[in-house]
Amino acid sequence: MIFPWTSADDSSRKHPTSPRAWLLLAPLLGWLALFVVAPTLILLAVSFCQRDELGRIVWSFTTENYARLFDATYWNIFVRSVGYAALTTLLCLVGGYPVAWFIARQTEPARSRWLLLVMIPFWASFLVRTFAWITILKSEGLLNGLLQSLRLISVPAELLYTPGAVVVGLVYTYLPFAILPIYASVEKMDRQLLEAAADLGAHPFATFRKVILPLTRPGIMAAVLLVFVPAVGMFAISDLLGGARVPLIGNVIENQFLQARNWPFGAALGMVLLALFALTAWLGFGRKRGAVAS
Amino acid sequence: MRSHFPAAALLLAKPPARQDKQPVPRVPSSSPARPGGSFCKGWTLLVLVFLYAPIAVLVAGSFNASRFGNAWEGFTLRWYGELARNQPLLDAAWNSLVIAAVTTVLSVALGTLAAWLLHRHRFPGASWLALAAASSLVTPEIIMGVSLLVLFAAFAVPLGFTTVIIAHTTFCFPFVMVAVQARLAGMDASLEEAALDLGATPAQAFRLVIAPCLMPAIVSGALMAFTLSLDELVVTYFTAGPDAQTLPVKILGLARVGLNPVLNAVSTVFIVTIAALVVLGEMLKRWRAVSP
Repeated sequence: MIFPWTSADDSSRKHPTSPRAWLLLAPLLGWLALFVVAPTLILLAVSFCQRDELGRIVWSFTTENYARLFDATYWNIFVRSVGYAALTTLLCLVGGYPVAWFIARQTEPARSRWLLLVMIPFWASFLVRTFAWITILKSEGLLNGLLQSLRLISVPAELLYTPGAVVVGLVYTYLPFAILPIYASVEKMDRQLLEAAADLGAHPFATFRKVILPLTRPGIMAAVLLVFVPAVGMFAISDLLGGARVPLIGNVIENQFLQARNWPFGAALGMVLLALFALTAWLGFGRKRGAVAS
Repeated sequence: MRSHFPAAALLLAKPPARQDKQPVPRVPSSSPARPGGSFCKGWTLLVLVFLYAPIAVLVAGSFNASRFGNAWEGFTLRWYGELARNQPLLDAAWNSLVIAAVTTVLSVALGTLAAWLLHRHRFPGASWLALAAASSLVTPEIIMGVSLLVLFAAFAVPLGFTTVIIAHTTFCFPFVMVAVQARLAGMDASLEEAALDLGATPAQAFRLVIAPCLMPAIVSGALMAFTLSLDELVVTYFTAGPDAQTLPVKILGLARVGLNPVLNAVSTVFIVTIAALVVLGEMLKRWRAVSP
Protein backbone atom coordinates (compact mmCIF):
# COMPACT_ATOMS: atom_id res chain seq x y z
CA MET A 1 0.00 0.00 0.00
CA ILE A 2 1.40 3.32 -0.95
CA PHE A 3 -0.94 5.56 0.97
CA PRO A 4 -2.53 5.14 4.35
CA TRP A 5 -6.06 5.36 3.03
CA THR A 6 -5.56 2.50 0.60
CA SER A 7 -5.25 -0.04 3.36
CA ALA A 8 -8.41 -2.11 3.36
CA ASP A 9 -9.69 -3.03 6.79
CA ASP A 10 -10.74 -6.64 6.83
CA SER A 11 -13.42 -6.52 9.44
CA SER A 12 -15.38 -9.69 9.95
CA ARG A 13 -18.60 -7.72 9.64
CA LYS A 14 -18.21 -7.25 5.91
CA HIS A 15 -20.86 -8.74 3.73
CA PRO A 16 -20.03 -11.07 0.87
CA THR A 17 -20.49 -9.59 -2.57
CA SER A 18 -23.90 -9.93 -4.13
CA PRO A 19 -24.85 -9.32 -7.77
CA ARG A 20 -26.60 -6.21 -6.49
CA ALA A 21 -23.38 -4.90 -4.91
CA TRP A 22 -21.50 -5.50 -8.14
CA LEU A 23 -24.21 -3.59 -10.00
CA LEU A 24 -23.81 -0.65 -7.63
CA LEU A 25 -20.05 -0.82 -7.95
CA ALA A 26 -20.23 -0.76 -11.75
CA PRO A 27 -20.24 3.05 -12.11
CA LEU A 28 -17.08 3.31 -10.02
CA LEU A 29 -15.35 0.48 -11.87
CA GLY A 30 -16.39 1.98 -15.18
CA TRP A 31 -15.18 5.44 -14.22
CA LEU A 32 -11.80 4.23 -13.04
CA ALA A 33 -11.32 1.97 -16.06
CA LEU A 34 -12.41 4.62 -18.55
CA PHE A 35 -10.82 7.75 -17.10
CA VAL A 36 -7.87 6.53 -15.05
CA VAL A 37 -6.61 3.25 -16.52
CA ALA A 38 -7.53 3.67 -20.20
CA PRO A 39 -5.98 7.16 -20.65
CA THR A 40 -2.68 5.99 -19.19
CA LEU A 41 -2.63 2.94 -21.47
CA ILE A 42 -3.51 5.03 -24.52
CA LEU A 43 -0.78 7.53 -23.60
CA LEU A 44 1.66 4.63 -23.37
CA ALA A 45 0.52 3.34 -26.79
CA VAL A 46 0.77 6.78 -28.39
CA SER A 47 4.29 7.21 -27.05
CA PHE A 48 5.37 4.34 -29.33
CA CYS A 49 3.58 5.77 -32.39
CA GLN A 50 4.67 8.04 -35.20
CA ARG A 51 2.98 11.09 -36.63
CA ASP A 52 2.45 12.39 -40.15
CA GLU A 53 3.15 15.92 -41.45
CA LEU A 54 -0.23 17.17 -40.24
CA GLY A 55 0.45 16.02 -36.71
CA ARG A 56 -1.96 13.08 -36.90
CA ILE A 57 -0.99 9.94 -35.06
CA VAL A 58 0.19 7.07 -37.25
CA TRP A 59 -0.21 3.75 -35.46
CA SER A 60 3.08 2.17 -36.35
CA PHE A 61 5.56 1.08 -33.74
CA THR A 62 8.69 3.09 -33.08
CA THR A 63 10.97 3.76 -30.13
CA GLU A 64 12.22 6.94 -31.79
CA ASN A 65 10.28 9.16 -29.37
CA TYR A 66 12.18 7.75 -26.44
CA ALA A 67 15.47 7.93 -28.33
CA ARG A 68 14.83 11.63 -29.00
CA LEU A 69 14.87 12.21 -25.28
CA PHE A 70 18.63 11.83 -25.42
CA ASP A 71 18.99 14.72 -27.88
CA ALA A 72 21.15 17.33 -26.19
CA THR A 73 18.30 19.89 -26.19
CA TYR A 74 15.73 17.71 -24.49
CA TRP A 75 18.19 15.92 -22.27
CA ASN A 76 19.39 19.29 -20.93
CA ILE A 77 15.84 20.43 -20.28
CA PHE A 78 15.11 17.16 -18.56
CA VAL A 79 18.19 17.37 -16.38
CA ARG A 80 17.39 21.00 -15.60
CA SER A 81 13.82 20.15 -14.60
CA VAL A 82 14.98 17.40 -12.28
CA GLY A 83 17.69 19.71 -10.92
CA TYR A 84 15.29 22.58 -10.25
CA ALA A 85 12.79 20.23 -8.67
CA ALA A 86 15.51 18.70 -6.49
CA LEU A 87 16.77 22.15 -5.43
CA THR A 88 13.18 23.23 -4.72
CA THR A 89 12.61 20.11 -2.65
CA LEU A 90 15.79 20.68 -0.67
CA LEU A 91 14.95 24.34 0.00
CA CYS A 92 11.39 23.41 0.99
CA LEU A 93 12.64 20.76 3.43
CA VAL A 94 15.24 23.04 4.99
CA GLY A 95 12.87 25.99 5.11
CA GLY A 96 9.82 24.01 6.15
CA TYR A 97 11.25 21.75 8.85
CA PRO A 98 11.73 24.44 11.53
CA VAL A 99 8.23 25.75 10.82
CA ALA A 100 6.69 22.30 11.12
CA TRP A 101 8.72 21.70 14.29
CA PHE A 102 7.66 25.00 15.84
CA ILE A 103 3.96 24.48 15.09
CA ALA A 104 3.91 20.88 16.28
CA ARG A 105 5.36 21.92 19.64
CA GLN A 106 2.67 24.48 20.38
CA THR A 107 -0.20 23.60 22.64
CA GLU A 108 -3.63 23.12 21.18
CA PRO A 109 -5.45 26.39 20.47
CA ALA A 110 -2.27 28.13 19.29
CA ARG A 111 -1.31 25.16 17.15
CA SER A 112 -4.52 25.25 15.13
CA ARG A 113 -4.11 28.97 14.57
CA TRP A 114 -0.53 28.64 13.31
CA LEU A 115 -1.54 25.75 11.07
CA LEU A 116 -4.40 27.76 9.59
CA LEU A 117 -1.96 30.63 8.94
CA VAL A 118 0.25 28.30 6.90
CA MET A 119 -2.72 26.79 5.10
CA ILE A 120 -4.50 29.94 3.95
CA PRO A 121 -1.96 30.98 1.31
CA PHE A 122 -1.71 27.34 0.31
CA TRP A 123 -5.39 27.43 -0.59
CA ALA A 124 -5.05 30.69 -2.48
CA SER A 125 -4.40 29.73 -6.08
CA PHE A 126 -0.79 29.23 -7.00
CA LEU A 127 -1.27 31.01 -10.31
CA VAL A 128 -2.56 34.12 -8.59
CA ARG A 129 0.35 34.03 -6.14
CA THR A 130 2.90 33.43 -8.90
CA PHE A 131 1.42 36.38 -10.68
CA ALA A 132 2.10 38.51 -7.59
CA TRP A 133 5.79 37.61 -7.84
CA ILE A 134 5.95 39.27 -11.26
CA THR A 135 4.98 42.56 -9.62
CA ILE A 136 7.69 42.08 -7.04
CA LEU A 137 10.50 40.89 -9.31
CA LYS A 138 10.10 42.89 -12.52
CA SER A 139 12.85 45.42 -13.30
CA GLU A 140 10.76 48.41 -12.17
CA GLY A 141 9.14 46.27 -9.50
CA LEU A 142 9.00 46.47 -5.72
CA LEU A 143 12.17 44.56 -4.87
CA ASN A 144 14.31 46.60 -7.27
CA GLY A 145 12.71 49.78 -5.94
CA LEU A 146 13.52 48.73 -2.39
CA LEU A 147 17.11 47.80 -3.21
CA GLN A 148 17.62 51.07 -5.08
CA SER A 149 16.16 53.20 -2.30
CA LEU A 150 18.47 51.43 0.12
CA ARG A 151 21.31 52.33 -2.28
CA LEU A 152 22.35 48.70 -2.48
CA ILE A 153 22.23 48.81 -6.25
CA SER A 154 22.24 51.71 -8.71
CA VAL A 155 20.72 50.13 -11.83
CA PRO A 156 17.74 47.75 -11.62
CA ALA A 157 18.95 44.18 -11.33
CA GLU A 158 17.50 41.62 -13.66
CA LEU A 159 15.44 39.43 -11.37
CA LEU A 160 12.48 38.29 -13.42
CA TYR A 161 12.94 35.71 -16.19
CA THR A 162 15.95 34.16 -14.48
CA PRO A 163 16.47 30.65 -13.09
CA GLY A 164 16.44 32.22 -9.63
CA ALA A 165 12.96 33.60 -10.20
CA VAL A 166 11.70 30.17 -11.25
CA VAL A 167 13.16 28.51 -8.15
CA VAL A 168 11.73 31.22 -5.88
CA GLY A 169 8.33 30.69 -7.51
CA LEU A 170 8.57 26.92 -7.09
CA VAL A 171 9.67 27.13 -3.45
CA TYR A 172 6.97 29.66 -2.72
CA THR A 173 4.29 27.42 -4.23
CA TYR A 174 5.38 24.13 -2.69
CA LEU A 175 6.64 25.17 0.75
CA PRO A 176 3.32 24.41 2.51
CA PHE A 177 3.34 20.95 0.89
CA ALA A 178 6.55 20.27 2.80
CA ILE A 179 5.42 21.82 6.08
CA LEU A 180 2.17 19.87 6.47
CA PRO A 181 3.39 16.25 6.25
CA ILE A 182 6.49 17.01 8.35
CA TYR A 183 4.24 18.68 10.92
CA ALA A 184 2.08 15.55 11.02
CA SER A 185 5.03 13.28 11.76
CA VAL A 186 6.61 15.64 14.33
CA GLU A 187 3.27 15.88 16.06
CA LYS A 188 3.03 12.09 16.33
CA MET A 189 6.53 11.75 17.78
CA ASP A 190 6.83 10.72 21.40
CA ARG A 191 8.35 13.68 23.25
CA GLN A 192 9.72 11.50 26.03
CA LEU A 193 12.28 10.15 23.59
CA LEU A 194 13.81 13.62 23.39
CA GLU A 195 14.00 13.84 27.14
CA ALA A 196 15.58 10.41 27.24
CA ALA A 197 18.18 11.48 24.68
CA ALA A 198 18.93 14.63 26.67
CA ASP A 199 19.10 12.71 29.94
CA LEU A 200 21.54 10.26 28.39
CA GLY A 201 23.76 13.18 27.52
CA ALA A 202 23.17 13.50 23.79
CA HIS A 203 24.16 16.77 22.20
CA PRO A 204 21.08 18.48 20.64
CA PHE A 205 22.61 17.98 17.21
CA ALA A 206 23.12 14.27 17.85
CA THR A 207 19.54 14.04 19.13
CA PHE A 208 18.34 15.61 15.92
CA ARG A 209 20.39 13.34 13.70
CA LYS A 210 19.91 10.08 15.57
CA VAL A 211 16.42 10.42 17.07
CA ILE A 212 14.34 13.14 15.47
CA LEU A 213 15.34 12.66 11.85
CA PRO A 214 14.68 8.89 11.72
CA LEU A 215 11.37 9.31 13.56
CA THR A 216 10.10 11.99 11.19
CA ARG A 217 11.36 10.18 8.09
CA PRO A 218 7.84 9.27 6.88
CA GLY A 219 6.85 12.94 6.95
CA ILE A 220 10.03 13.94 5.15
CA MET A 221 9.46 11.31 2.46
CA ALA A 222 5.86 12.47 2.01
CA ALA A 223 7.13 16.04 1.71
CA VAL A 224 9.70 15.00 -0.90
CA LEU A 225 7.00 13.25 -2.92
CA LEU A 226 4.56 16.12 -2.66
CA VAL A 227 7.10 18.77 -3.63
CA PHE A 228 9.30 16.94 -6.12
CA VAL A 229 6.60 15.33 -8.25
CA PRO A 230 4.52 18.40 -9.08
CA ALA A 231 7.64 20.60 -9.30
CA VAL A 232 9.12 18.41 -12.06
CA GLY A 233 5.98 18.68 -14.18
CA MET A 234 5.13 22.30 -13.52
CA PHE A 235 4.86 24.55 -16.55
CA ALA A 236 2.88 27.62 -15.49
CA ILE A 237 5.50 28.93 -13.04
CA SER A 238 8.42 28.55 -15.43
CA ASP A 239 6.23 30.14 -18.09
CA LEU A 240 5.39 33.21 -16.04
CA LEU A 241 8.59 33.72 -14.03
CA GLY A 242 11.18 32.20 -16.39
CA GLY A 243 9.80 33.54 -19.64
CA ALA A 244 10.85 31.46 -22.61
CA ARG A 245 14.40 31.36 -21.29
CA VAL A 246 14.06 28.63 -18.71
CA PRO A 247 11.81 25.94 -20.21
CA LEU A 248 11.18 22.92 -18.03
CA ILE A 249 9.99 19.49 -19.07
CA GLY A 250 6.38 20.54 -18.38
CA ASN A 251 6.73 23.39 -20.88
CA VAL A 252 8.03 20.97 -23.50
CA ILE A 253 5.12 18.56 -22.93
CA GLU A 254 2.63 21.39 -23.12
CA ASN A 255 4.29 22.64 -26.28
CA GLN A 256 4.32 19.20 -27.95
CA PHE A 257 0.63 18.71 -27.28
CA LEU A 258 -0.77 22.17 -27.94
CA GLN A 259 1.59 23.95 -30.33
CA ALA A 260 4.02 21.60 -32.06
CA ARG A 261 1.33 18.92 -32.28
CA ASN A 262 3.81 16.10 -31.87
CA TRP A 263 1.67 14.00 -29.55
CA PRO A 264 3.78 10.82 -29.68
CA PHE A 265 6.86 12.70 -28.48
CA GLY A 266 4.82 14.55 -25.85
CA ALA A 267 3.39 11.21 -24.71
CA ALA A 268 6.89 9.71 -24.43
CA LEU A 269 8.00 12.66 -22.27
CA GLY A 270 4.87 12.19 -20.16
CA MET A 271 5.55 8.48 -19.68
CA VAL A 272 9.13 9.21 -18.58
CA LEU A 273 7.78 11.73 -16.08
CA LEU A 274 5.27 9.19 -14.83
CA ALA A 275 8.04 6.60 -14.44
CA LEU A 276 10.09 9.14 -12.49
CA PHE A 277 7.07 9.77 -10.29
CA ALA A 278 6.49 6.06 -9.69
CA LEU A 279 10.17 5.65 -8.84
CA THR A 280 10.04 8.52 -6.33
CA ALA A 281 6.90 7.10 -4.77
CA TRP A 282 8.42 3.64 -4.58
CA LEU A 283 11.65 4.90 -3.05
CA GLY A 284 9.70 6.97 -0.57
CA PHE A 285 6.92 4.61 0.44
CA GLY A 286 6.81 1.33 -1.39
CA ARG A 287 9.95 -0.11 0.15
CA LYS A 288 8.75 0.56 3.66
CA ARG A 289 5.20 -0.64 3.65
CA GLY A 290 2.87 1.20 5.95
CA ALA A 291 5.59 3.62 6.99
CA VAL A 292 3.15 6.50 6.63
CA ALA A 293 0.28 4.74 8.28
CA SER A 294 2.28 3.94 11.39
CA MET B 1 -5.41 27.07 -10.03
CA ARG B 2 -3.74 25.33 -7.25
CA SER B 3 -3.34 21.75 -8.20
CA HIS B 4 -5.23 19.06 -6.41
CA PHE B 5 -1.88 18.17 -4.89
CA PRO B 6 -2.10 20.39 -1.82
CA ALA B 7 -5.25 18.61 -0.89
CA ALA B 8 -3.37 15.34 -1.15
CA ALA B 9 -0.84 16.89 1.21
CA LEU B 10 -3.64 17.63 3.63
CA LEU B 11 -4.72 14.02 3.53
CA LEU B 12 -1.18 12.90 4.26
CA ALA B 13 -0.98 15.40 7.08
CA LYS B 14 -4.24 14.20 8.54
CA PRO B 15 -4.61 10.46 8.04
CA PRO B 16 -8.12 9.06 8.48
CA ALA B 17 -9.25 9.45 12.07
CA ARG B 18 -8.14 6.62 14.29
CA GLN B 19 -10.38 5.70 17.15
CA ASP B 20 -7.61 4.48 19.41
CA LYS B 21 -5.71 7.73 19.38
CA GLN B 22 -4.04 8.32 22.72
CA PRO B 23 -3.25 11.85 23.83
CA VAL B 24 0.43 12.47 23.16
CA PRO B 25 2.24 13.39 26.37
CA ARG B 26 3.46 16.94 26.05
CA VAL B 27 6.74 18.23 27.30
CA PRO B 28 6.04 21.23 29.53
CA SER B 29 7.04 24.49 27.87
CA SER B 30 9.72 25.09 30.49
CA SER B 31 11.39 21.78 29.68
CA PRO B 32 15.07 21.96 28.72
CA ALA B 33 14.37 19.51 25.86
CA ARG B 34 13.26 22.34 23.60
CA PRO B 35 16.29 23.05 21.49
CA GLY B 36 16.24 26.10 19.27
CA GLY B 37 12.77 27.24 20.32
CA SER B 38 13.28 30.92 19.62
CA PHE B 39 15.11 30.24 16.36
CA CYS B 40 12.18 28.16 15.15
CA LYS B 41 9.73 30.87 16.11
CA GLY B 42 11.70 33.56 14.30
CA TRP B 43 12.08 31.34 11.25
CA THR B 44 8.35 30.57 11.23
CA LEU B 45 7.53 34.27 11.30
CA LEU B 46 9.96 34.87 8.40
CA VAL B 47 8.37 32.07 6.39
CA LEU B 48 4.93 33.52 7.04
CA VAL B 49 6.12 36.91 5.77
CA PHE B 50 7.47 35.14 2.67
CA LEU B 51 4.10 33.41 2.19
CA TYR B 52 1.91 36.45 2.78
CA ALA B 53 3.91 39.32 1.24
CA PRO B 54 3.00 38.53 -2.38
CA ILE B 55 -0.66 38.20 -1.46
CA ALA B 56 -0.53 41.56 0.29
CA VAL B 57 1.13 43.11 -2.76
CA LEU B 58 -1.59 41.67 -4.95
CA VAL B 59 -4.47 42.92 -2.80
CA ALA B 60 -2.85 46.35 -2.42
CA GLY B 61 -2.31 46.50 -6.18
CA SER B 62 -5.99 45.90 -6.82
CA PHE B 63 -6.81 49.15 -4.97
CA ASN B 64 -3.87 51.13 -6.34
CA ALA B 65 -4.69 53.90 -8.81
CA SER B 66 -1.33 53.37 -10.54
CA ARG B 67 -1.62 51.19 -13.61
CA PHE B 68 1.81 49.65 -13.20
CA GLY B 69 1.76 49.27 -9.46
CA ASN B 70 5.26 50.67 -8.90
CA ALA B 71 4.19 53.29 -6.39
CA TRP B 72 1.08 54.01 -4.41
CA GLU B 73 -0.93 56.65 -6.30
CA GLY B 74 -4.08 56.62 -4.23
CA PHE B 75 -7.03 54.37 -3.52
CA THR B 76 -9.36 53.38 -6.33
CA LEU B 77 -12.09 50.88 -7.09
CA ARG B 78 -11.58 51.44 -10.80
CA TRP B 79 -10.13 47.96 -11.48
CA TYR B 80 -13.12 46.31 -9.84
CA GLY B 81 -15.35 48.46 -12.04
CA GLU B 82 -13.42 47.32 -15.12
CA LEU B 83 -13.67 43.74 -13.91
CA ALA B 84 -17.46 44.06 -13.62
CA ARG B 85 -17.58 45.15 -17.29
CA ASN B 86 -15.09 42.57 -18.55
CA GLN B 87 -17.42 40.09 -20.22
CA PRO B 88 -14.85 37.39 -21.11
CA LEU B 89 -13.67 37.19 -17.49
CA LEU B 90 -17.24 37.09 -16.18
CA ASP B 91 -18.10 34.35 -18.67
CA ALA B 92 -15.07 32.37 -17.53
CA ALA B 93 -16.09 32.81 -13.90
CA TRP B 94 -19.58 31.55 -14.72
CA ASN B 95 -18.09 28.54 -16.55
CA SER B 96 -15.98 27.79 -13.48
CA LEU B 97 -19.01 27.87 -11.20
CA VAL B 98 -21.12 25.63 -13.45
CA ILE B 99 -18.30 23.12 -13.84
CA ALA B 100 -17.55 23.13 -10.10
CA ALA B 101 -21.23 22.60 -9.24
CA VAL B 102 -21.73 19.64 -11.59
CA THR B 103 -18.37 18.15 -10.58
CA THR B 104 -19.37 18.37 -6.91
CA VAL B 105 -22.67 16.55 -7.48
CA LEU B 106 -20.99 13.78 -9.49
CA SER B 107 -18.10 13.46 -7.04
CA VAL B 108 -20.42 13.17 -4.06
CA ALA B 109 -22.50 10.47 -5.76
CA LEU B 110 -19.50 8.48 -6.96
CA GLY B 111 -17.34 8.99 -3.88
CA THR B 112 -20.01 8.19 -1.30
CA LEU B 113 -21.18 5.11 -3.18
CA ALA B 114 -17.62 3.88 -3.58
CA ALA B 115 -16.76 4.41 0.09
CA TRP B 116 -19.93 2.68 1.26
CA LEU B 117 -19.58 -0.33 -1.03
CA LEU B 118 -15.92 -0.82 -0.19
CA HIS B 119 -16.76 -0.52 3.49
CA ARG B 120 -19.71 -2.88 3.52
CA HIS B 121 -18.80 -5.59 1.03
CA ARG B 122 -15.79 -7.77 0.58
CA PHE B 123 -14.85 -7.37 -3.08
CA PRO B 124 -12.09 -9.43 -4.59
CA GLY B 125 -9.35 -6.99 -5.54
CA ALA B 126 -10.82 -4.16 -3.47
CA SER B 127 -7.37 -2.91 -2.55
CA TRP B 128 -6.51 -2.53 -6.24
CA LEU B 129 -9.63 -0.49 -6.65
CA ALA B 130 -8.70 1.75 -3.74
CA LEU B 131 -5.20 2.04 -5.19
CA ALA B 132 -6.57 3.15 -8.58
CA ALA B 133 -8.69 5.81 -6.87
CA ALA B 134 -5.74 6.94 -4.75
CA SER B 135 -3.46 7.09 -7.78
CA SER B 136 -5.80 9.54 -9.45
CA LEU B 137 -5.35 11.70 -6.35
CA VAL B 138 -1.63 11.98 -6.79
CA THR B 139 -0.89 11.60 -10.50
CA PRO B 140 0.97 14.73 -11.63
CA GLU B 141 -1.71 16.91 -13.12
CA ILE B 142 0.12 17.43 -16.40
CA ILE B 143 0.06 13.65 -16.95
CA MET B 144 -3.63 13.50 -16.09
CA GLY B 145 -4.27 16.42 -18.43
CA VAL B 146 -2.48 15.03 -21.47
CA SER B 147 -3.67 11.45 -20.95
CA LEU B 148 -7.30 12.59 -20.82
CA LEU B 149 -6.69 14.79 -23.87
CA VAL B 150 -5.35 11.76 -25.73
CA LEU B 151 -8.32 9.66 -24.59
CA PHE B 152 -10.86 12.24 -25.77
CA ALA B 153 -9.02 12.60 -29.07
CA ALA B 154 -8.91 8.82 -29.56
CA PHE B 155 -12.70 8.65 -29.27
CA ALA B 156 -13.19 11.94 -31.15
CA VAL B 157 -14.98 13.55 -28.21
CA PRO B 158 -15.07 17.32 -28.76
CA LEU B 159 -13.52 19.27 -25.88
CA GLY B 160 -15.95 21.31 -23.84
CA PHE B 161 -17.93 21.32 -20.60
CA THR B 162 -18.44 17.55 -20.61
CA THR B 163 -14.74 16.77 -20.92
CA VAL B 164 -13.75 19.27 -18.21
CA ILE B 165 -16.41 17.91 -15.86
CA ILE B 166 -15.23 14.34 -16.48
CA ALA B 167 -11.63 15.37 -15.81
CA HIS B 168 -12.50 17.28 -12.63
CA THR B 169 -14.70 14.50 -11.28
CA THR B 170 -11.87 12.03 -11.84
CA PHE B 171 -9.58 13.82 -9.37
CA CYS B 172 -12.32 15.18 -7.07
CA PHE B 173 -14.33 12.07 -6.21
CA PRO B 174 -11.45 10.31 -4.40
CA PHE B 175 -11.43 13.22 -1.94
CA VAL B 176 -15.11 12.66 -1.12
CA MET B 177 -14.41 8.93 -0.95
CA VAL B 178 -11.57 9.37 1.53
CA ALA B 179 -13.58 11.76 3.71
CA VAL B 180 -16.53 9.34 3.81
CA GLN B 181 -14.25 6.33 4.42
CA ALA B 182 -12.75 8.08 7.44
CA ARG B 183 -16.22 8.69 8.83
CA LEU B 184 -17.34 5.12 8.12
CA ALA B 185 -14.28 3.74 9.91
CA GLY B 186 -15.40 5.49 13.08
CA MET B 187 -19.04 4.47 12.78
CA ASP B 188 -20.68 1.80 14.89
CA ALA B 189 -21.53 -1.09 12.56
CA SER B 190 -24.36 -2.22 14.84
CA LEU B 191 -26.36 0.84 13.78
CA GLU B 192 -27.02 -0.71 10.40
CA GLU B 193 -27.57 -4.16 11.88
CA ALA B 194 -30.16 -2.71 14.25
CA ALA B 195 -31.97 -1.05 11.37
CA LEU B 196 -31.99 -4.31 9.43
CA ASP B 197 -33.16 -6.29 12.47
CA LEU B 198 -36.02 -3.84 12.90
CA GLY B 199 -37.17 -4.62 9.38
CA ALA B 200 -35.59 -1.94 7.21
CA THR B 201 -34.46 -2.92 3.72
CA PRO B 202 -30.74 -2.31 3.01
CA ALA B 203 -31.71 0.70 0.88
CA GLN B 204 -33.87 2.13 3.68
CA ALA B 205 -31.14 1.49 6.22
CA PHE B 206 -28.71 3.41 4.03
CA ARG B 207 -31.07 6.31 3.40
CA LEU B 208 -32.49 6.66 6.93
CA VAL B 209 -29.59 5.61 9.15
CA ILE B 210 -26.25 5.60 7.34
CA ALA B 211 -26.58 8.66 5.11
CA PRO B 212 -27.50 11.03 7.98
CA CYS B 213 -24.48 9.74 9.93
CA LEU B 214 -22.22 10.39 6.96
CA MET B 215 -23.61 13.84 6.25
CA PRO B 216 -20.79 15.89 7.84
CA ALA B 217 -18.18 13.93 5.87
CA ILE B 218 -20.21 14.26 2.68
CA VAL B 219 -20.57 18.01 3.15
CA SER B 220 -16.88 18.58 3.84
CA GLY B 221 -15.95 16.30 0.91
CA ALA B 222 -18.32 18.25 -1.32
CA LEU B 223 -16.80 21.53 -0.22
CA MET B 224 -13.34 20.21 -1.01
CA ALA B 225 -14.44 18.98 -4.43
CA PHE B 226 -16.03 22.35 -5.19
CA THR B 227 -12.92 24.30 -4.15
CA LEU B 228 -10.57 21.99 -6.04
CA SER B 229 -12.62 22.16 -9.21
CA LEU B 230 -12.97 25.94 -9.02
CA ASP B 231 -9.25 26.34 -8.62
CA GLU B 232 -7.78 23.77 -11.01
CA LEU B 233 -5.59 24.96 -13.85
CA VAL B 234 -3.46 22.33 -15.54
CA VAL B 235 -5.94 19.51 -16.18
CA THR B 236 -8.53 22.07 -17.28
CA TYR B 237 -6.00 23.70 -19.59
CA PHE B 238 -5.67 20.49 -21.58
CA THR B 239 -9.30 19.38 -21.55
CA ALA B 240 -11.31 22.60 -21.86
CA GLY B 241 -11.19 23.55 -25.53
CA PRO B 242 -12.19 27.09 -26.47
CA ASP B 243 -15.79 26.98 -25.20
CA ALA B 244 -15.33 25.89 -21.62
CA GLN B 245 -12.48 28.16 -20.52
CA THR B 246 -12.52 28.47 -16.75
CA LEU B 247 -11.35 31.47 -14.75
CA PRO B 248 -7.89 30.01 -13.97
CA VAL B 249 -7.27 29.19 -17.66
CA LYS B 250 -8.35 32.71 -18.62
CA ILE B 251 -6.14 34.28 -15.94
CA LEU B 252 -3.12 32.30 -17.18
CA GLY B 253 -3.79 33.57 -20.71
CA LEU B 254 -3.99 37.18 -19.53
CA ALA B 255 -0.99 36.89 -17.21
CA ARG B 256 1.11 35.60 -20.11
CA VAL B 257 0.32 38.71 -22.12
CA GLY B 258 1.35 41.06 -19.35
CA LEU B 259 0.46 42.74 -16.12
CA ASN B 260 -2.95 44.22 -15.83
CA PRO B 261 -4.51 45.69 -12.67
CA VAL B 262 -7.81 43.98 -13.51
CA LEU B 263 -5.95 40.72 -12.88
CA ASN B 264 -5.13 41.95 -9.37
CA ALA B 265 -8.81 42.66 -8.82
CA VAL B 266 -9.99 39.28 -10.13
CA SER B 267 -7.27 37.54 -8.10
CA THR B 268 -8.37 39.33 -4.93
CA VAL B 269 -11.98 38.29 -5.49
CA PHE B 270 -10.77 34.74 -6.13
CA ILE B 271 -8.63 34.60 -2.98
CA VAL B 272 -11.46 35.96 -0.85
CA THR B 273 -13.89 33.39 -2.30
CA ILE B 274 -11.57 30.44 -1.74
CA ALA B 275 -10.61 31.67 1.75
CA ALA B 276 -14.31 31.96 2.61
CA LEU B 277 -14.89 28.38 1.45
CA VAL B 278 -11.92 27.14 3.50
CA VAL B 279 -13.07 28.97 6.62
CA LEU B 280 -16.56 27.56 6.08
CA GLY B 281 -15.02 24.08 5.88
CA GLU B 282 -13.07 24.64 9.12
CA MET B 283 -16.24 25.81 10.85
CA LEU B 284 -18.03 22.72 9.63
CA LYS B 285 -15.27 20.56 11.08
CA ARG B 286 -15.62 22.26 14.46
CA TRP B 287 -19.37 21.86 14.30
CA ARG B 288 -18.86 18.19 13.54
CA ALA B 289 -16.47 17.90 16.45
CA VAL B 290 -18.98 19.27 18.96
CA SER B 291 -22.09 17.56 17.58
CA PRO B 292 -22.41 13.91 18.65
